[in-house]
Amino acid sequence: MSKQTLIVIGNGMVGHHFLEQFTRTPAAERFEILVFGEEKQLAYDRVHLSEYFAGSSHAELAMATADWYADNHIELRLNEPVTAVDRDNHIVTTPKGAYQYDELVLATGSYPFVPPIDGKDDANCFVYRTLADLDAIRASAAEARTGVVVGGGLLGLEAANALRSLGLQAHVVEFAPRLMPVQLDGDGGDLLRQKIEALGVQVHTEKATTAIVPGDAARLRMKFADDSHLDTDLIVFSAGIRPQDTLARACGLEVGERGGIVIDNRCTTSDPHIHAIGECALWNQRIFGLVAPGYTMARTLAAALNSDPQGAFSGADMSTKLKLLGVDVGSIGDAHGQTPGARNIRFHDEQAGHYRRMVVSQDGKTLLGAILVGDNSHYDTLLQYALNGITLPPNPEILILPEHQGGAPGLGADALPETASICSCHNVTKGDICGAIDAGCTDLGGVKAETKASTGCGGCAALLKKVVDSELEKRGVAVSTDLCEHFPYTRQELFHLVRVNGIRTFRGLLRQYGKGQGCDICKPTVGSILASCWNEHILATEHVPLQDTNDTFMANMQKNGTYSIVPRIPGGEITPDKLIVLGEVAKQYNLYTKITGGQRVDLFGATLSELPEIWEQLIAAGFETGHAYGKSLRTVKSCVGSTWCRYGVQDSVAMAIYLENRYKGLRAPHKIKMAVSGCTRECAEAQSKDIGVIATDKGWNLYVCGNGGMRPRHADLFATDLTDDQLIRAIDRVLMLYVRTADRLQRTSVWMENLEGGLDYLKQVVLEDSLGIGEELEQHMADLVGSYQCEWKTAVEDPEKRKRFREFVNAPSLKDPVQQWTSERGQRRPELEVASL
Amino acid sequence: MTTKTCWEAVCTVDDLVADCGIAVWTEDGPVAVFYLPHRLPALFAVSHTDPFTGSNVLARGITGDLDGEPVVASPLYKQHFSLRSGVCLEDASVRVRSYPVLLDGDRIRLAVPVRQPAAVAA
Ligand SMILES: Cc1cc2nc3c(=O)[nH]c(=O)nc-3n(C[C@H](O)[C@H](O)[C@H](O)COP(=O)(O)OP(=O)(O)OC[C@H]3O[C@@H](n4cnc5c(N)ncnc54)[C@H](O)[C@@H]3O)c2cc1C
Ligand code: SF4
Repeated sequence: MSKQTLIVIGNGMVGHHFLEQFTRTPAAERFEILVFGEEKQLAYDRVHLSEYFAGSSHAELAMATADWYADNHIELRLNEPVTAVDRDNHIVTTPKGAYQYDELVLATGSYPFVPPIDGKDDANCFVYRTLADLDAIRASAAEARTGVVVGGGLLGLEAANALRSLGLQAHVVEFAPRLMPVQLDGDGGDLLRQKIEALGVQVHTEKATTAIVPGDAARLRMKFADDSHLDTDLIVFSAGIRPQDTLARACGLEVGERGGIVIDNRCTTSDPHIHAIGECALWNQRIFGLVAPGYTMARTLAAALNSDPQGAFSGADMSTKLKLLGVDVGSIGDAHGQTPGARNIRFHDEQAGHYRRMVVSQDGKTLLGAILVGDNSHYDTLLQYALNGITLPPNPEILILPEHQGGAPGLGADALPETASICSCHNVTKGDICGAIDAGCTDLGGVKAETKASTGCGGCAALLKKVVDSELEKRGVAVSTDLCEHFPYTRQELFHLVRVNGIRTFRGLLRQYGKGQGCDICKPTVGSILASCWNEHILATEHVPLQDTNDTFMANMQKNGTYSIVPRIPGGEITPDKLIVLGEVAKQYNLYTKITGGQRVDLFGATLSELPEIWEQLIAAGFETGHAYGKSLRTVKSCVGSTWCRYGVQDSVAMAIYLENRYKGLRAPHKIKMAVSGCTRECAEAQSKDIGVIATDKGWNLYVCGNGGMRPRHADLFATDLTDDQLIRAIDRVLMLYVRTADRLQRTSVWMENLEGGLDYLKQVVLEDSLGIGEELEQHMADLVGSYQCEWKTAVEDPEKRKRFREFVNAPSLKDPVQQWTSERGQRRPELEVASL
Repeated sequence: MTTKTCWEAVCTVDDLVADCGIAVWTEDGPVAVFYLPHRLPALFAVSHTDPFTGSNVLARGITGDLDGEPVVASPLYKQHFSLRSGVCLEDASVRVRSYPVLLDGDRIRLAVPVRQPAAVAA
């Protein structure tokens, strides 16, 4: 049987999601799939569009790669808009050709509404929807000082923030008497306005723009109905969106009065072979301007094309939780209390800048809606009450009161029904999460990978963690958080105990908080905590027994019992003289020599007793230990940067050397790697490091919690255009927080993934100092930096410490007979038969 | 034929490191001697050779106790060996030789088998 053709018009978020879902179903076998996209780029994450200004590239925002399309046998034609649909003959037309379809999917999204104002087509007037729009805004902003956003809704405020980040004085002009009129009430809108104005964005409400003409003080002048005016260099319209239904109208499909392609519960239009999903679709007289409902439609349609009766589209929740210009805003359900008989409970703290409103049913038993401004910590709980119709407590106000005023802690995960939706982006319910756990997932990471929960907008991260923890506990999987049988505490708790009680030895900690003698789990962990807190020499008598062999002998044990040596070469910069010393030492001791991935040199095959002798020579030549053996900073890799490279915009080598010297020796839960690139070409691969720094022409962009190796993770963009000082301060805080709160052997990447509140939380703590511990973290780091010593230098100078480096204490000149050597490619290597002895 | 042992002096108290092992060379090859001052007895000796790799490294492992049993963890692949019996806790079929130890003045002595000198022709 020859295959039928499925054509998808629109390669946006929902169109792509549909393809992801559909290609996994049996029906996909029956179709050739052809996709047309008007934009030049492959589908990208429009929700995070603004991150493009913060440095994210299209590749980072992309929902998939061209390879994914090829692997799934989907023909993707970008930059080729469909111009007409001929329903009678099942043909779509583009400027490049005509194509036959059997089934057609319209996923054309929406377009920004631009009010019909004279002058709106000026070259410095824009909309905010696509990467191309952002490129144009950026170009115009380069020569501009001020920018106005027309429209004070959700997207308008986001656009205003973007203008601000481009260095413009930003204004918001809103027609209604308050900001976010759809989601907020008067008090909420006023509070939001105060907060936003405090950030330097000027808000003008009740302004109707009548014309845009050339300006005096700036390129343009906006004239308002009340005869006032405002001069600005550029204008961004964000006055709402309209469903993109042009094609549908032209071919006679049923559309709504105010636009939108009419669909039924299976996402099929008035033509049985044409379907519509996403923002272009009108269901039950409603348009859904959020991505989650679009995804639900995509899943519904994928099922429908498989004649699967499951999962009819039944509307979607339009609640939103956002951080706009750093201000928390939340709106749930019937926020305006339009349900007959609805009653309001309000909490308003003008001092703290918190506003919360609950809309409850007449009988006071169910939550109909809510508004939050200034603090979203109550959002998850309220949303679950509203979505699941959970009966409110008899005194519902406790849900929005601060805890010290009798407020209740959040709704426990237990109280949620199985059907409770936890992640709306990927439609994951509590039941799905339980299913994943029953199928064998034993941690948060596993559940995320299995269900995709919390991998969309990430808003549900905290709730997801609660549910996973509580379910694991219930199943007795009760991942004991005890470090080991000797300490009934987590690493984080032990860190706290050590620090607060000023405990300086393992024995002391064991006496007070543990039992038994310790083991190879708790000893190195406590050793590392003690080092992070007090920074005493790791070979101080009390600490010797705590260290892994690599730490004890300050070298990396290889499988035949010999060691490798890695001297520090900060930033990978080395003088020829020092390089010669390395060569000479390697030659003298016949060490196998290899360049590492971290831009230094690894010398293999030294015996225990040779280590101090070798280090004496290295220290004399000015080398320091490289901590390749420690759970601590390894290297700060760098590219040559602006000194040599014609693209470089900052001196990446100098910064790398500075960072390496600052953080060398810092003991951490696991190893830490860093890199600094001199421009966005990123030759130092900073985005695969725990701490990545990339130069911009204004300063440095900071990336955190990336990882290469076994579990690669792209680092998250953390802050942009930092000065040297701001950069160091942010790194100090991030690292210290990691050192204090991570689990044993937890890399920063996993730490971040398990951090309740994720990246946003980390940003709050580090950049906004929401816990008020910023200075303490910096001070702690300063203490550690100040007490740094080269461990090897101290060790070779101390005869007692050198005693430890005797291979056999009663036979100093004996060579260990199992260490047999052979040669390969001109160097020595261990004889492999050793293992079979 | 019974193996004869002798109490070979291998090192002095000054060579020991609290809660750690040191390596000595004996008539019977490399041996790791451990000193755990917070237990009684405080001295243990097992072969220095890690049976999983054949490398001489056990004295450089971390000591401790698991369920009350004194152990050393191999620094290479982290298996635990009982310091009393030499049995591997992860795989009871693997065992390293253990040696009786005693403190004689400030000397540490191990009971090691001596290879029988060839019988003197009668
Ligand atoms: C700045 C910004 C922030 C946002 N923030 C959030 C948020 O926080 N939460 C949230 O839920 N939602 C948010 N949204 C909304 C979200 O992005 C949309 O709901 C989502 O993108 C809708 O997906 P879609 O596929 O329906 O439309 P789109 O993503 O717009 O995709 C439609 C695609 O179809 C193409 N197309 C149109 N006509 C044709 C044609 N004739 N031929 C070929 N191709 C065509 C378009 O060029 C476009 O690429 C935000 C949107 C923006 C702009
Ligand atoms: S990252 Fe930029 S500055 Fe550094 S080497 Fe590459 S191109 Fe040059």
